[in-house]
Amino acid sequence: MSRSPLLNLSAKAPEAQTAIHPAPLSAQSDGQSAQARPARLLMCAPTAYALKYEINPWMKMENKPDLDLAARQWNALYHVLTEQVGAQVELVAQAPECPDMVFTANAGLVRGQYVLLSNFRHPQRQVEEPYFRAWFEAHGYKVQLPSVGCKFEGEGDALFAGDLLLAGYLKRSDICAHRWMSEALALPVLSLELIDDRWYHLDTCLFPLTADTVVYYPGAFDPYARVVIANNFQTIEVCQEEALRFACNAVVIGQSVVLPAGCPRLTRELESQGYTVYSIDLSEFLKAGGAAKCLTLFLR
Amino acid sequence: MPSETLHLDGHIIDSLTLSKVLDIILRDGGQYRITRFQMGATRADISHAEIVVSAPDAATLENILHLVQQHGATRAGGEARTEPAPADGVFPEGFYATTNLETAVRVQGRWLPVENIEMDCGLVLTGSGEQAVARCVPMHRVREGDRIVIGDEGVRVTPVERPDPTDVFGFMGSEVSTERPKERVVAAIAQAMQEARAAGQKALFVGGPAILHTGAGCYLEAIIRAGWIDVLFAGNALAAHDIERALFGTSLGVELATGSAVAHGHEHHLRAINRIRAAGGIRQAVEKGILRTGIMHACVTNNVPFVLAGSIRDDGPLPDVITDSVKAQDAMREGVRGVGIALMVATTLHSVATGNLLPASVRTVCVDSDPDTVIKLMDRGTHQAFGLVTDCEFFLKELAARLPGVKL
Repeated sequence: MSRSPLLNLSAKAPEAQTAIHPAPLSAQSDGQSAQARPARLLMCAPTAYALKYEINPWMKMENKPDLDLAARQWNALYHVLTEQVGAQVELVAQAPECPDMVFTANAGLVRGQYVLLSNFRHPQRQVEEPYFRAWFEAHGYKVQLPSVGCKFEGEGDALFAGDLLLAGYLKRSDICAHRWMSEALALPVLSLELIDDRWYHLDTCLFPLTADTVVYYPGAFDPYARVVIANNFQTIEVCQEEALRFACNAVVIGQSVVLPAGCPRLTRELESQGYTVYSIDLSEFLKAGGAAKCLTLFLR
Repeated sequence: MPSETLHLDGHIIDSLTLSKVLDIILRDGGQYRITRFQMGATRADISHAEIVVSAPDAATLENILHLVQQHGATRAGGEARTEPAPADGVFPEGFYATTNLETAVRVQGRWLPVENIEMDCGLVLTGSGEQAVARCVPMHRVREGDRIVIGDEGVRVTPVERPDPTDVFGFMGSEVSTERPKERVVAAIAQAMQEARAAGQKALFVGGPAILHTGAGCYLEAIIRAGWIDVLFAGNALAAHDIERALFGTSLGVELATGSAVAHGHEHHLRAINRIRAAGGIRQAVEKGILRTGIMHACVTNNVPFVLAGSIRDDGPLPDVITDSVKAQDAMREGVRGVGIALMVATTLHSVATGNLLPASVRTVCVDSDPDTVIKLMDRGTHQAFGLVTDCEFFLKELAARLPGVKL
């Protein structure tokens, strides 16, 4: 067991967890100096990852992930992000009763010193909330909570395109969370209705490439949302075949894009625009409905 | 046309949420009117819209409200708030006081219709989620800890709709006047009674002793025997004088056949009451063959339930009279369930008492020779009452003649 790459990594993880982090106040500094710093991400090593319930169409109890393979895939993502893309990755320890805690994107939405904590729709994931909250509080973040009846699933449904927030709703987050985010962060929010259960979070069907350009799969959005996207951004459309492989569940850091394997068309398109694309096989996480973006949360 | 005010806040222009909500309203059969709009001053600021949505019927409106809610439209006015009753028989301070209008309470985003609405009560919520129920509760029936609605937020009353001009009651209006075409009015009431029966609703008759004194007892008796009355409310006097008539042929000592006073006639009603007390009650007197005719006999033999509510000046009273007025109220409360038409004839006391218990949707006719009775009834909140100022003998005679199957 000790040969498992996951455990090798876990051996490193406590160091990262116990390190004293500077208060993330620095993220409030101007864009230029923020860009000079490496991106900071929160990840959760899959020490208790499992498929224990079905809360999206990807989860099938008869199609359980291979946990050793999942650990290797997660390690690969971690190494690409830290070593090749140059991101700084913080780690939160996975609680044994939270099999989906590896999908840290759903922990909340971070901006400067604030974290807008999630209020998960499904009870199966609500158990993650205190663990994420404890991590943020321990790291000096100011925690804000949505109102009890207002569901919100963090960066899963809220993505920054510059100083504009793109926010998904109807499947997991409620639109009332959009107003809350807007008021908490003093930013405009574009609300986008999701219409297909397979792309249940905004980050499964859209990612901002820059402040002006988004990559998205139109079939996941209602006609109004498609107009909103077209009105506000230059777009790169992903075909359904690659959208089903979670091409849009990508991490963009500067000129680097980390996305799941099996998306050659998008890869070619991005490379033609000068991006460096890292394709990583994340098949075992796709079995739970997540890929590269779901496994990371921007701490900025 | 039912309507509801909605608020929509957020980046509703850039996100096209406002367009979407308005499109849904029209697509699903509603109409909208934007009654207020405040545009965000900067791109980061949110905009607010106040939209009045209306639809041809409540179900269409509810469907629209359900659909637009998920896009962030919230109903103006929040949820009903409750506080626990501090003790048995005591509402919490600031309790919502009911009207007799159709009322609904908003709980967890749903409008719950209030069961058994009556005026001058409170509202109690029981259960939660799909099982939530809102009921009207009179003060003496509240129990410590009951969840009582506070204030009027989250409470909606639906005014009585203007009567359809083709409705038999439509042409009558509801102001009190002695100058009406009475026969036509009575014909309309007879038709309304037939409509109520066809709709499976009950007819309630509330009567005073003048019905007996004027010699109209026989008409009411015939109407009951023909099956047109489902519930009778009265006091000790109507029953006592009816039984006096049955046993002695007099009412208040006056011989009904001749109109002349009978020697010692003023004792007749006391002797009548005494015989019924000796028999153990009105039903027992009927069963023993002591009481063989009259209104009360017709009620017993036709299985028409009656509530006789006592008052402070009653003689006897008859054993059937409920002398605890709170208990009498509760018995009347049970009696009005399912009533679609109420005829109140020649009694101020019982008309007002019954009016207090009736939902405004019940067609209510008040017949009295004194316009004051009708005015009092309406002043006390029974605005739906239609007043007919006339002698009760004329009214009942005419009604008996116009209802099918009444044999005189």
